[in-house]
Amino acid sequence: MAHAETHPAQTAAAHTEHQQHPIKLYLLVWGLLFILSALSYLVDYFGLQGYLRWSLILIFMMLKAGLIVAVFMHMAWERLALIYAIILPPLLVLVFVALMVSESNYVLFTRLTFFGGGE
Amino acid sequence: MSAPMKKPAAETLPRPAGLAGLAADWASDQRTFKDVSWGKAMMWIFLLSDTFVFGCFLLAYMSARMSTAVPWPNPSEVFALEIGGTHMPLILIAIMTFVLISSSGTMAMAVNYGYRRDRRKTAALMLLTALFGATFVGMQAFEWSKLIAEGVRPWGNPWGAAQFGSSFFMITGFHGTHVTFGVIFLLIVARKVWRGDFETERRGFFTSRKGRYEIVEITGLYWHFVDLVWVFIFAFFYLW
Repeated sequence: MAHAETHPAQTAAAHTEHQQHPIKLYLLVWGLLFILSALSYLVDYFGLQGYLRWSLILIFMMLKAGLIVAVFMHMAWERLALIYAIILPPLLVLVFVALMVSESNYVLFTRLTFFGGGE
Repeated sequence: MSAPMKKPAAETLPRPAGLAGLAADWASDQRTFKDVSWGKAMMWIFLLSDTFVFGCFLLAYMSARMSTAVPWPNPSEVFALEIGGTHMPLILIAIMTFVLISSSGTMAMAVNYGYRRDRRKTAALMLLTALFGATFVGMQAFEWSKLIAEGVRPWGNPWGAAQFGSSFFMITGFHGTHVTFGVIFLLIVARKVWRGDFETERRGFFTSRKGRYEIVEITGLYWHFVDLVWVFIFAFFYLW
């Protein structure tokens, strides 16, 4: 417990508010983020197309986002009450995505039907 | 929690694990986010609201790109650069990504040294983070000037769908603004660390609250969020 001697003036509750983890962990995550970014760049560099491209982009994106939130932002060590309060609401954006995909398809359909493909 | 609580209110009580603990925290009729100070909780809630802002931008971009009958410009080519005679697709964006990730790494270490009360290392790492951030904004300014010189406007561009320009300027502009504010925020906190404000619990001029090293972690949360948003922009706008 490296943080045992810090903040003697504070209450006991404050002790658990500190996020103290070994530097090595941060360096590891840093390295992983570099590798994942390089991999996602290579997806474009090698010109992969179609579902392979999209699924690789999404996988690398989610892994990077997960590492940043879990380790750099210390979410992995927080209580479930906070984790769910922060992580669950953005997932509802997916409903919005579904709505807009449907709407966009309809707009494209009307454009092709009534404007013959222009604009 | 049927047993009477004899512990002082400030101390966190043991809670059941898993979902039962989640329910207990939310139903406790005390502070919901235990183990997290108000400052950190509020930064998280601000970041949640900011997530929706960027979520809406990316959604608007998705709708524009899906609904246009005109081909979308190929970002791989639009953001390519000639470096030493070789044609590198998307290279500038890749470098920007590495710069921002590096700044997140130095920020995470700054938080660590802050809690160890190592003033010099904390301030130095925060300044390095700010430097990486400023580099990122500088490269973004270069990218914007290049695209504007090539004729990209919010209402049109030489390569395809007109919505490309508006989506690009809106999304990267808003993200760049966040990075800029982050750099300013970092410089202010780094100065306080350097001066030793948090050793003496010197009161801040705005809130008159006692300064604590926790502000380094809160600044870090904001900074990592900026990096996090870039991960999504990189995937959806540049790579897709």
